[in-house]
Amino acid sequence: MDREQKMLLKEIMDYSFALVETALYLDTHPYDEEALKLHNGFSQKYSQLVSLYQAKYGPLKNNQMSGCPWAYINGPWPWEIDFDL
Amino acid sequence: MWIYEKKLQYPVRVDTTNPALAQMIIEQFGGADGELSAGIRYLTQRWAMPTNQAKALLTDIGTEELAHWEIIGTIVWKLVKDAPIEQIKGTPFEAHYVNHGKSPYPHDASGVPWTAAFINSKGDPIADLHEDMAAEEKARATYEWLINICDDPGVKDALRFLRQREIVHFQRFGEALRIVQEELDRRKYY
Repeated sequence: MDREQKMLLKEIMDYSFALVETALYLDTHPYDEEALKLHNGFSQKYSQLVSLYQAKYGPLKNNQMSGCPWAYINGPWPWEIDFDL
Repeated sequence: MWIYEKKLQYPVRVDTTNPALAQMIIEQFGGADGELSAGIRYLTQRWAMPTNQAKALLTDIGTEELAHWEIIGTIVWKLVKDAPIEQIKGTPFEAHYVNHGKSPYPHDASGVPWTAAFINSKGDPIADLHEDMAAEEKARATYEWLINICDDPGVKDALRFLRQREIVHFQRFGEALRIVQEELDRRKYY
């Protein structure tokens, strides 16, 4: 995994984590408009980055589209990535 | 249903091969207060929850725990994957190695295998949410003991992240408990 791919993946991981945090908060504060604004903003950015990643490097989830051959299986798998840039 | 996302929740860095440390970290892979227990506990308790907030929270935290279980498995794997036999012999990881090789396996640091007896699902939302809050505090304490014995900066960084998540989950479970209590009181009086 080259530096560029790793940086994009890490950016997706950042937004994905932020979304977990806002989602948990919203689960017990469903009327908090400020938190919803934050969550929706993260969600939009996350979707854009995931589309970009999918187009360049293949699916992160097995329900996404792929060119031939099926790129979902490509390594490194998450536990094999060296996160030092 | 669930769908796998091909990424970790937090980037795992391990600086030095260390099978002895792996054996201690595995406490959170298959121990009583570990991530597997947490995930199975919360996901199992969802059916008997009376409010939508609690159903959503148990679903989302239970799912996050599986991501933490994957982080712990990754730390363990990275700590042992390059270890030559000489570096395994005589360490606490040796007993694990003779049964599982270098693969993680859900048991605690002393080798006790994971069992559903580590968790409960009482069908009583007040009892369950109290168990969940206690579980988060016990996991936080375990992470603190692990941080104390860990001298690998990369592993320590991931352990600190996971410790922090226990605190957030405790907070959210407390809020869910209050919401459930209010709902049960409302049903009683009107």
